[in-house]
Amino acid sequence: MYYINLELYKLMYLIRRSEETIRKYYPQDRMKTPMHMSMGEEAVVAGVVHALHADDQVLGTYRSHALYLAKTRETDVFFSEMYGKATGMAQGKSGSMHLSAPDKGLLCCSAIVASAIPVAMGAAFANKYNKNGKKVAVFFGDGAMDAGVFWETLNFACLKKLPLLFVCEDNGIAVHTSRERRHGFPSMNDVVAGFGCSILEVSSTDPEIIYRTTKKAIAAMEEHEKPFFLRLHYYRYLEHVGINEDFDMGYRSKNEYLEWLKLDPILLQREKLLALGFPSQQLQQHEQTIDDQIARSIDVAENAPFVDVCKLHTGVFTCE
Amino acid sequence: MITYCEALNEAMIQEMERDSSVFVYGIGVPDHKKVFGSTVNILEKFGADRCFDTPIAEDSMTGLGLGAAINGLRPIHIHIRVDFLLLAMNQLANLVSSFSYGIGGKIGVPLVIRAIVGRGWGQGFQHSKSMHATFAHIPGLKIICPTTPVDAKGLMTAAIRENNPVLTFEHRWLYWQTGEVPAEPFTIPIGKGNVVKKGNDITIVATSWMNVEARHASEILGRHGVSVEIVDPRTIAPLDEDIIVDSVNKTGNCVVADNDWVFCGFSAEVAAMVSERCFDKLQSPVKRIGYAHTPCPTARHLENRFYPNAETIVREVERTLSLDRIDLSGEHFYSHEKRFRGPF
Repeated sequence: MYYINLELYKLMYLIRRSEETIRKYYPQDRMKTPMHMSMGEEAVVAGVVHALHADDQVLGTYRSHALYLAKTRETDVFFSEMYGKATGMAQGKSGSMHLSAPDKGLLCCSAIVASAIPVAMGAAFANKYNKNGKKVAVFFGDGAMDAGVFWETLNFACLKKLPLLFVCEDNGIAVHTSRERRHGFPSMNDVVAGFGCSILEVSSTDPEIIYRTTKKAIAAMEEHEKPFFLRLHYYRYLEHVGINEDFDMGYRSKNEYLEWLKLDPILLQREKLLALGFPSQQLQQHEQTIDDQIARSIDVAENAPFVDVCKLHTGVFTCE
Repeated sequence: MITYCEALNEAMIQEMERDSSVFVYGIGVPDHKKVFGSTVNILEKFGADRCFDTPIAEDSMTGLGLGAAINGLRPIHIHIRVDFLLLAMNQLANLVSSFSYGIGGKIGVPLVIRAIVGRGWGQGFQHSKSMHATFAHIPGLKIICPTTPVDAKGLMTAAIRENNPVLTFEHRWLYWQTGEVPAEPFTIPIGKGNVVKKGNDITIVATSWMNVEARHASEILGRHGVSVEIVDPRTIAPLDEDIIVDSVNKTGNCVVADNDWVFCGFSAEVAAMVSERCFDKLQSPVKRIGYAHTPCPTARHLENRFYPNAETIVREVERTLSLDRIDLSGEHFYSHEKRFRGPF
């Protein structure tokens, strides 16, 4: 009981503290990349990723700090890419929106809404073709369900019974536009189910609930050899892009945020661990270890060199 | 002797025999028409897991190819018209082309996309485009336009073995061309052009079908004492600049006959490159030939005016070299209706 809840807490703490660190240093203007912050979605990402096998593969969106950190648990390369340094996973060519760690299963993140969804299907197709048993989970916002390519992919993944887990991180808004202004149909779930795709919906900031729901989805995928759809609600704490709150813009209310904040996933998970009897001092030690890791990584990233400008042209094609 | 179409088919089958990670898919790929015959026997030999039809969903099906390619497979995605490939532009321009760059060059995208130029018999403005220059404009994509049966097999084999995305633009009239093609697998390097015919007076840089027209034009001009050199770049991106530069430095004159629109097109790229690199050897401005700057019309007499042919090339060469006007009244120019009367 401790183990899963502690692991989930550590993942979420790593994500939250990494992004708080971004918020602290971003105004220095040395991380010159558009930040789409994960704050608020930590339970969704930690719960799903922890339920996946380490060999399983994931793809994400421009809002994928959480996904990268959950899949890799490392921060040196992460912050180096934010600072545009040679030690980043793409030597600073990708920045915040295109994180990747293929050796850890994060194949890519795309900043065009819905565009990674068919790529995930292709990865799942390859896994089925090679009979290697790996699954692919693709993360996307509810805005992606406005795009034709989402429905194209859902159709073909169901047709071919591909091992693809659709993970809709549903925050109810596409940039600043609510679902009511975008959807001419009443129920997303009904349409997805109409494709013969099983669906589970969770509105909780408890990562253990997300984790157990994902485990159920994975079991169903294995039993029925077909895709599965998870619709997981969360509240986006910050503006669409950037490190600030934007409740003064009038498209959503701060009261709504304050209600969700009472259920903040990191806060609740910490309380849960203590209520389970996990020693407070040990918890602080885990937190300190993560804080130290992040501080070291900021140091590594700040002191790393930029890549030589002659490398501008390298990597357009692979040289294998 | 085999046809261009049979050469494409042979390349795919031999590579599928050699490498179990190669698969072929696309709209109508396994159906009774077999994409103008280019996919015959593939379903029968390799089964439905490696040769399958798709929904009419080019966008997601291109994403499928990318995802499969970065995860260990070698997909060949076929479009029976280039026009249909345009539905995939988001995947191509935003994901496929930048994938390697965005991952620090660590992973390649061994994806082949075949697209057919569907000219002829009233195909009109949504079934006949080529647009190879539009795709060549995007860094990260390799663009080939095979012309002969040998090119078709050698370049297709090279494309399948390539670890980066390759788009092939296949003019369907070329499908009927015949030639000697080695039976065993072989590759022609992507990025190497071909001097199709040697000559001394003028260089014609011709792409795709325009090579057939250029050859006819060179025969006519040869009878009137003009020695034409024809260079087929075969690959649009990366471009074999040297083969063009060497030829123009020798002849001092250059006409680019492109199987596409002229404005902002491949012919402009060649003209600029030749002007930069052959400036002191040029005896005349570089001339460009291509489609009329309109959508492609359907009615035959308008279609004839829309497309350049051997006569267009002869006239342009006459103007470039200040020759007397040749009497072409006895010439028989190519008419595809001898081979093809529709409907598709």
